[in-house]
Amino acid sequence: MMRNRFDEQLELLNQELIKMGALCEEAIGASVKALLDGDKTLAEKALAIDREIDQKERDVETLCMRLLMQQQPVARDLRQISSALKMISDMERIGDQAADITEIAQFIGPDETKDLTNINRMAKETIKMVTDAIDSFVKKDLDLARYVVEYDDVVDDLFDQVKADLVQLIKRHHGDGGACLDLLMAAKYFERIGDHAVNIAEWVEYSITGVQKDVID
Amino acid sequence: MNKFTMDDLNLYYGNFQALKNVNLTVKKNQITAFIGPSGCGKSTLLKTLNRMNDLIEGCRITGKVLLDQEEIYGNMDINHLRKRVGMVFQKPNPFPMSVYDNIAYGPRTHGTKNKGRLDDIVEKALRDAAIWEEVKDRLKKSALGLSGGQQQRVCIARALAIEPEVLLMDEPTSALDPISTLKIEDLVTKLKKEYTIVIVTHNMQQAARISDSTAFFLLGEVIEYQGTEALFSLPKDKRTEDYITGRFG
Repeated sequence: MMRNRFDEQLELLNQELIKMGALCEEAIGASVKALLDGDKTLAEKALAIDREIDQKERDVETLCMRLLMQQQPVARDLRQISSALKMISDMERIGDQAADITEIAQFIGPDETKDLTNINRMAKETIKMVTDAIDSFVKKDLDLARYVVEYDDVVDDLFDQVKADLVQLIKRHHGDGGACLDLLMAAKYFERIGDHAVNIAEWVEYSITGVQKDVID
Repeated sequence: MNKFTMDDLNLYYGNFQALKNVNLTVKKNQITAFIGPSGCGKSTLLKTLNRMNDLIEGCRITGKVLLDQEEIYGNMDINHLRKRVGMVFQKPNPFPMSVYDNIAYGPRTHGTKNKGRLDDIVEKALRDAAIWEEVKDRLKKSALGLSGGQQQRVCIARALAIEPEVLLMDEPTSALDPISTLKIEDLVTKLKKEYTIVIVTHNMQQAARISDSTAFFLLGEVIEYQGTEALFSLPKDKRTEDYITGRFG
């Protein structure tokens, strides 16, 4: 086999992206725990994970630049590296949004969230989307990438349900709209995390097919 | 507009078939690159375009090569063909004579004797080849005293002096350092305004940088031929992809 070194570097890139993806999952997990269990100690942890994600973004960026410089890649190698460069921006945003949710959780007590199973489901589904999106990149699995893009509807529907739940909550607890608005923000962040997972999956699709998704879609 | 059209071109060296059913067009005022592993037929095809293979014993050609719709293996005068289609080789090969005489050699052979006219031709060719400033004070000195990169540009100037329509270049920078390589690449890009250029190169980045269209050859066949950007970003054939990404070759 020719180009052993190049293949090793590409494998390293995959490993780094898997690690960054795992950090994103951990960040989302921490944020939902903080929100639903009212665990205030998680705020610091979430910030630490966010910093780690930011560092990973730099590391992957540096690795990609080195690959571009040393290997002058073409065709699918070039697409793989340019897609990785785009994907890490989305992963970095996921980290930020998970940190934002954890921050919001500081102002919300567990009593206010005990009936909100749909927010919990949103968290689970977005974690699944992020995991699948990274998986599809590493395995070069076009079907899985397309599945992630379609799966966004599930999270969007859950967001609508959370909205409806919150309307009911406001009706029942006259006067305490503040916590509900915070929860709505948290739900919106989860919904955005789903969108970033879709972006990642679309870059995977480009990396495999060479065709960029139409902006109008 | 097509400068060259190759129709079902086959070339044999004795029993060995070096080119198999080549169907290609070379567009006017474009740079066309031929890439592929050693022995794939790209240099053979290049030489076919100005009948440099004629002298090789046992070389036989079937099919057609048209230059501006005219069959070059028909009744075309071979000297006239080579005036229209110039060539630059891998290794700079200036004649062992002065820079001036190197450039004036072709025009003199084709009948230009007037000193003033020759001076003009020499200056224009050297300017076009981006070497004038470096050699204008040493025109009467031997071309062999120049650096490799300078010699190669003198060879390009020598080819330009007879005002060809097409310039064939067989790995013109493979013996040169990076700076000389960039100078030649810059020059080639400028020259395409006036000339049609076909370049054989082993340097994939060079093909990607300077050419408009690229043909990938394997075992005497054209595997893929399309716009350079498309070929290097989304090759249609797996063999092209494997070659340009270094998975074989």
